[in-house]
Amino acid sequence: MRFVDEFRDPEIITKTAEEVRRLADPAKHYRLMEVCGGHTHAIYRFGLKDILPANIELIHGPGCPVCVLPMGRIDDGLAVAQEPNVIFAAFGDMMRVPGTQGSPLEHKARGIDVRIVYSPSDALKLARNNPEKHVMFFAIGFETTGPSTALTLMRARAEGIQNFSVFCNHVTIIPAIRAILDSPDMRLDAFIGPGHVSTVIGCRPYEWIAVNEGKPIVVSGFEPLDMLQSIVMILRQMRAGESKVENQYKRVVPWEGNRAALRAMAEVFELRPYFEWRGLGFISQSALRIRDEYAQWDTEQRFHVPGIRVTDPRAAQCGEVLKGVLKPAQCKLFGRECTPEHPIGALMVSTEGSCAAYHSYEHRKNLLTSIQTAA
Amino acid sequence: MCLAIPGKIIDIVHGTPTLGTVEVVGVRRKVDLGLLQDDMPVPGDWVLIHVGFAMSKISEADALDQMRMLAVLGEAEQAMQEVEGYGFEDPGLEGPKPGPGLEDLRTKPN
Repeated sequence: MRFVDEFRDPEIITKTAEEVRRLADPAKHYRLMEVCGGHTHAIYRFGLKDILPANIELIHGPGCPVCVLPMGRIDDGLAVAQEPNVIFAAFGDMMRVPGTQGSPLEHKARGIDVRIVYSPSDALKLARNNPEKHVMFFAIGFETTGPSTALTLMRARAEGIQNFSVFCNHVTIIPAIRAILDSPDMRLDAFIGPGHVSTVIGCRPYEWIAVNEGKPIVVSGFEPLDMLQSIVMILRQMRAGESKVENQYKRVVPWEGNRAALRAMAEVFELRPYFEWRGLGFISQSALRIRDEYAQWDTEQRFHVPGIRVTDPRAAQCGEVLKGVLKPAQCKLFGRECTPEHPIGALMVSTEGSCAAYHSYEHRKNLLTSIQTAA
Repeated sequence: MCLAIPGKIIDIVHGTPTLGTVEVVGVRRKVDLGLLQDDMPVPGDWVLIHVGFAMSKISEADALDQMRMLAVLGEAEQAMQEVEGYGFEDPGLEGPKPGPGLEDLRTKPN
């Protein structure tokens, strides 16, 4: 156990890991998808794979918002940013994500007014403080961040702030899971459900996965013990021939979710008919747009957005990695042309992207081992 | 962006319906409590904060565990940078001004 030792309850972790080994049928190969990028990061950071039996394979899912954003949307946002008197505001995670003509940070170096904000409220504050400018907030994220953008738009409207708009790239997790399950080259046995998204949407929206698809799903916390317990719960279901939704993360996730957050999202957003996901293609009803009642604060309705479409570099295999068909190190560019310092694909940009997580922990560990062996 | 940062509610900002002061490892910042309006926290409660908005109430023990986990994940510094970056602090530039709560902000049906 590499990093797990740093954590609390090492004895309970050891016992839970033993329970995983006891429950896993050695004659079977289990493919479990962790949907959330936060889980992916934690799995590599804690060295969780090192304590799981070899026949339990963790497949990294689509739950990293930066990773699934098509490059064309970044280009679209940056095209608006180049209009006169526009301030481009976005979370720090977005700043190094490459567009065709460079990342937001590189645009800043060329004189475009690009600002990092830590909250959509701060973007609104920028608008209040710069009445002669227009502040565009480049919004990304799943249901974890959607409600905050929604409430910010409601406040902008209530205050009548005219020089503020949101370029909405919010996506929803359920259609992405459906697309993955529908993918012909994909075989999954169960899901480790996202923790923070479920704080908002609750556990009910996953019921179809258990009932219609016959796959267990356990909403999980992020500590090593949480994820091991979730795997135990999944294996117990599978041994009993059951598939149901269970909530391992009850200390944070209420079964019904956060109704106030859901109301805010319903007030401001509606489903887009379809939206492009990087690596997954177009998925119907998988993203949010701003309702007409809020059109005045919608970048796409106030500005000319070119609607740029960009295909990923042919050699990059982000799509296959994103769907779990390939491991990060199996991509031709991994660790050579594409590194965290010089990312080509978005999976290498965010710490929650599986390539960056793999590069930071597994890849370095393997390199170290090979150096030690050579010595 | 996907960090969930634990903080303790110190007070509710006077004259605002949904702005509260939280303390995160000794740093005090204002966060928006509007998404907890169905179960508003009171001073002494612990919450998880995402991008400047409190999203759920948690116990003190879970809050401390969460902070420790951020440290082990190597994200504690980033979390503190985020908290310190929340921009409700400048004099005269408070976040949401005194005004309606979430329910009153909703679009009235025509």
